[in-house]
Amino acid sequence: MEVFLQQLINGLFIGSVYGLFAVGYTLVFGVLDILNLAHPAVFTLGGLVALWLVEGAHLSIWAAFPLAVLFAGLLGILLDRIAFAPLRHRADSYFSGLISSIAMAIIFESAALGIFGARTVRFPAGTVSMHIWRFSGVTVTSLQVEIVLVAVLLMVALTSFLHRTRIGKAIRAVAESERTARLLGIHVDAVIAWTFFISSALGGAAGILFGLYFDSLSPDMGRSIELKGLAVIVLGGMGSIPGAILGGVAFGLSEVMTVAITGTSNLRDAVAFTVLFLILLVRPSGLLGRGRIREA
Amino acid sequence: MDFFTHFLAVYGSLINFIGINALLALSLYVTLSAGQLSLGNAAFAGIGAYSAGVLTMHYNAPFVVSIITGALLAGIVALAIGLPVLRLRGVFLAIATLGFGEVVRIAAVNLDITGGAQGLVGIPNKTTTWMIFLALAAASYFIARMRTSRIGWSFESIREDETAAAVTGINTTYYKTLSFTIGAIIAGLTGALYAHLNYIITPGEFGFSAAVNLLIYNIVGGTQYWVGPLLGATLLTSLPEVLRGIGVTAGPIRMCVNGVILLLVILYLPNGLVSLFGRASARKTKVRADSPSGEV
Amino acid sequence: MMLLQIDRITRNFGGVCALESVSFPVERGTIHGLIGPNGAGKTTLINVLSGLIKPDSGSILLDGAPIHHLPPHRIAALGVARTFQNIRLFPAMNCLENVVAGQHLVAGRPLFPRLLNLPSARREEQTYREQAMACLERVGIARRAQVLARSLSYGERRRLEIARALAMRPRLLLLDEPVAGMRRRGLEQVGDLLVSLINENMTILLIEHNMSFVMRVCSTITVLNFGSTLTTGTPEEIGQHPQVIEAYLGGAGCHA
Repeated sequence: MEVFLQQLINGLFIGSVYGLFAVGYTLVFGVLDILNLAHPAVFTLGGLVALWLVEGAHLSIWAAFPLAVLFAGLLGILLDRIAFAPLRHRADSYFSGLISSIAMAIIFESAALGIFGARTVRFPAGTVSMHIWRFSGVTVTSLQVEIVLVAVLLMVALTSFLHRTRIGKAIRAVAESERTARLLGIHVDAVIAWTFFISSALGGAAGILFGLYFDSLSPDMGRSIELKGLAVIVLGGMGSIPGAILGGVAFGLSEVMTVAITGTSNLRDAVAFTVLFLILLVRPSGLLGRGRIREA
Repeated sequence: MDFFTHFLAVYGSLINFIGINALLALSLYVTLSAGQLSLGNAAFAGIGAYSAGVLTMHYNAPFVVSIITGALLAGIVALAIGLPVLRLRGVFLAIATLGFGEVVRIAAVNLDITGGAQGLVGIPNKTTTWMIFLALAAASYFIARMRTSRIGWSFESIREDETAAAVTGINTTYYKTLSFTIGAIIAGLTGALYAHLNYIITPGEFGFSAAVNLLIYNIVGGTQYWVGPLLGATLLTSLPEVLRGIGVTAGPIRMCVNGVILLLVILYLPNGLVSLFGRASARKTKVRADSPSGEV
Repeated sequence: MMLLQIDRITRNFGGVCALESVSFPVERGTIHGLIGPNGAGKTTLINVLSGLIKPDSGSILLDGAPIHHLPPHRIAALGVARTFQNIRLFPAMNCLENVVAGQHLVAGRPLFPRLLNLPSARREEQTYREQAMACLERVGIARRAQVLARSLSYGERRRLEIARALAMRPRLLLLDEPVAGMRRRGLEQVGDLLVSLINENMTILLIEHNMSFVMRVCSTITVLNFGSTLTTGTPEEIGQHPQVIEAYLGGAGCHA
């Protein structure tokens, strides 16, 4: 029972990071109907830049975190300017956007490789002070709690931003119908830039938290989360933010449970992707999704 | 002749790789030509490679039997997952096939018969350069000729507008599955040839990166004309060698160049490099309007 | 026997009733008009007829055989061709190629002779090309044969869609607003075209908002309103039917 509880908690923690990452994916998809495959690269760069700020510039993690997140957000705006905006008018923009995001992913990853080297690195010891709590056989570290708190905070901030602020409402309007939004006088290009900023900022934040949680960062850390992120948004429903969060947590739980049940981590990913596959076949709109999934 | 043998000795391996990549790119082209954004061909190549390798190594099957079985097995798997998966549109099909690819890769890593993460080692070298290019020539010819047949027209109609194609009497399910399966068979065949090329195959060679690379070869080369994937594969496979020749050996720069090429192509030359070589011939003028009524 | 017998077709979308017990026959060799206010369900009915949507209940008989459960390509194979309200051409193909693509049901184009580039294949192709050009001539855009579909004018695109439908050699042609946006000359030409097709044993079911066009070319008209059939009759009868006038023609009577 305690093992189960422990796994549940672990699953929740890693799930919240997955959820945070997936929200970025799904936000762009919801607004633009485009899958931004450069998102994992921003995830990586966010983590690496935070590390550099802590290690190289000797900032505390509490200062490095928001700075790196800001940087990631700006990367997102850059991404939009270079790779998505020029293609907006094209008839096949969802496809060409996908391809140019792949191109940008390659470029970003090569930048990470070039600037930070191919080694796996970690945040210096003492970056985050560690307390450990044990109760009823379950171990929880302060790091885990902080990660979940940050993730939750960010998602709450996002939700209130989308529902309370003008820009947030504009984003939701564009997600509903770009043309109508334009007709209503909404400055769609600015809204899209904001969307990318937020999405990439969240992705970068997820990268930092991921690096802290697993105590390791590398230029290709995006790879491990790339497909998982896709699985999460499919599970939760493309374009749905609560779905991404729910999906992330569900995914994290299923991962952890698979390891616990089978006793090995080998099949962990296989189960995840089989589930992804089945969902696409049976209920492609996911748990909470919207949007056209099948051909007419 | 002396120059020739010297050339082959130095560049033989590269030429083989070009041939293999061109064949794989062509296999994806078939599926893309019917408008299906499948990213599963690397996995199909893996299925072909592993089954052929296992047959040769563990069951002493003759080379031809192994190759053909590998190709057919890939085709059978394609038929099995194709029917449900091809109902998904665009990006969802891509994700589903990526997920499928991951499952295949993980299976290869975890099964004993496939040698696990170390891969299948010690496959006898039976593939020659001539075999690869013979297969490439045959496949190219087949695909080129298919263009003006009922199958070719059906693929293209589906690609242009699936709904309109359906009401024109085209059985879209049948033709989409056909394009998917033919692509898988060619990929499986290529994988089988590849397995007998270098004594060893590893699961990582048939994963996410490989799948994306095949797409990139097609995009850069051009998807309107069968020469496109060949062009793209040749260029991008030889590029590292060319870069090395001018002194660029570092990983990040090579990677960055690939990304930049892809970006430039999708932004400025969306129909690929093929469209550079004479707009008229790249666009199909397979039906010319020289009819008795005197129209031109 | 009627060519087409539509019997109590009903279709709901979520909570919205798009079609409610729609019934009317379409007689062989006639131009049958389908009119009604926007949202009346006309296009939905065409989608059901062509197999893109399945009805919740009811039946459709083509020459006595039920077709309402068949997939679109099977219905097409039975001789039913259609055009779309929003025009669905193959944008990257030129006019001739669009029509050739429409020859799927009537042109064999087997792979094997083409693999060997046999002369029989080349002769076959020549014949098909000529037939495709004939379709283009029929609708009056033969001189635009090499132009890409996406570069055509609006009127030309509507005609190309009809040409592609004709390439299928259908016995029933379903046209969804074929003359929308056309001016007098185009209206005359299309009207003449439709009449000439009837003379060749085709049957046409036509959705249109252009009332004078409908009154001129159609021998029978069915009126849909809010998803149900209001009435079916000759243009004269429709023009004087009080409910039709009230629901659709604005109470001022109709002008042929």
